[in-house]
Amino acid sequence: MSRSVIDILDLSTQEIESLIQTAEDIISHGDRYAHACAGKKLATLFFEPSTRTRLSFEAAMYELGGNVLSVTDAATSSASKGESVSDTARTVSCYADIIAMRHPKEGAALVAANNASIPVINAGDGGHCHPTQTLADLLTIRREKGSFSNLTIGLCGDLKFGRTVHSLINAMARYPGNRFVLISPEELKLPSYVKKDVLRENGIPYTQTTSLEKAIPELDVLYMTRVQRERFFNEEDYLRLKDSYILNMAKLKSAKPDLCVMHPLPRVNEISTDVDGDSRACYFKQVLNGKYMRMALIMKLLGMEENLA
Amino acid sequence: MNIDAIQNGIVIDHITAGRGMRIYELLGLDTLEASVAIIKNAVSHRTGAKKDMIKIDSDIAINFDVLGFVDPGVTVNIIRNGELVEKRRIDMPQRLTNVIRCKNPRCITSVERSIEHVFKLTDPQNKVYRCLYCETRAQ
Repeated sequence: MSRSVIDILDLSTQEIESLIQTAEDIISHGDRYAHACAGKKLATLFFEPSTRTRLSFEAAMYELGGNVLSVTDAATSSASKGESVSDTARTVSCYADIIAMRHPKEGAALVAANNASIPVINAGDGGHCHPTQTLADLLTIRREKGSFSNLTIGLCGDLKFGRTVHSLINAMARYPGNRFVLISPEELKLPSYVKKDVLRENGIPYTQTTSLEKAIPELDVLYMTRVQRERFFNEEDYLRLKDSYILNMAKLKSAKPDLCVMHPLPRVNEISTDVDGDSRACYFKQVLNGKYMRMALIMKLLGMEENLA
Repeated sequence: MNIDAIQNGIVIDHITAGRGMRIYELLGLDTLEASVAIIKNAVSHRTGAKKDMIKIDSDIAINFDVLGFVDPGVTVNIIRNGELVEKRRIDMPQRLTNVIRCKNPRCITSVERSIEHVFKLTDPQNKVYRCLYCETRAQ
């Protein structure tokens, strides 16, 4: 079975460091990588709506000189005929060299990885994991803060269903000196098993609050999230909670001058557009960083690091 | 069946009182042709506490993972020709395959056919098993 990445914890801290070094080299010397994956094909299997993640993967592969096969709508794929994820993975293994898959069901990427003969990258499996978003987050934190250690990290919004939040906590919990501030409405608090298994188990300090205003002055990183309609079975609950937190320039006044404001995007109205021009707004840099980290990851899983000009 | 003296079979002993029927069901003993006895609330000679026992008058293959999941610490006695030939204490298994199903409606196991339902032991101290696919805690 090929090496796949389903969860951010599938990558060691050394491997993440190596991916960051590759991404930094791509940023500095992009031309060197223009043919790194020539002759290779990436299959993007997206069984759930996505714009930026799919385009990011596809842009990453094209910039590495590779090609892309794409399924962008479950309704037009064999999944609509009832084909299993296992069979889809086996079939696509015959056409492509690597798979990036998004699926609404949690664990779908692991099933694909267990059945594919080529590497599978989890591009989001329901509310479970989204490791390449975390790689984008990590490169952003490294570039903006210079380190993964001794940071006070605020996570704000939907901490219950937000897969990016869980993955980022898992990733940052491996570095020393970090502290988390969990900002959410009562109904969307971080699941107790994440607090117990990840934070308390590793002796990582955290506080919980419902007030973004009170928390913001102490933060080095503020990770905003969207309340996701697709994670709710009940529309009324979604409507009641969707506007819980809105970051605007007034709230940023009490923040540190070097705060790093992040968001996995898409945003609805969690961050007011007047924040976009502030030097602390890093969410569009995050998008670009995501492409670089996906390039590094694709190269690693295909074993193409040496295939450079 | 003489429940005191099996010639060839299995005795599952030291079952926590009240868990005998759960083990009976999960092992699928209701489908056996052989004689099976469930003894509830027997008094343990060793501890004096109440316990359940299951005696199976047939040398069948037992899924030890079921026993370790439902009631770690039970003992399995293998009887051949009226003699005790093997005695095993059963601990919690690291992985459970096709013993229980994930209850998370968002889990891939809710829709994917022919998939194994796998749980892994993530917290031995608190006997916590989580779905391999979605990490939902087993109930």
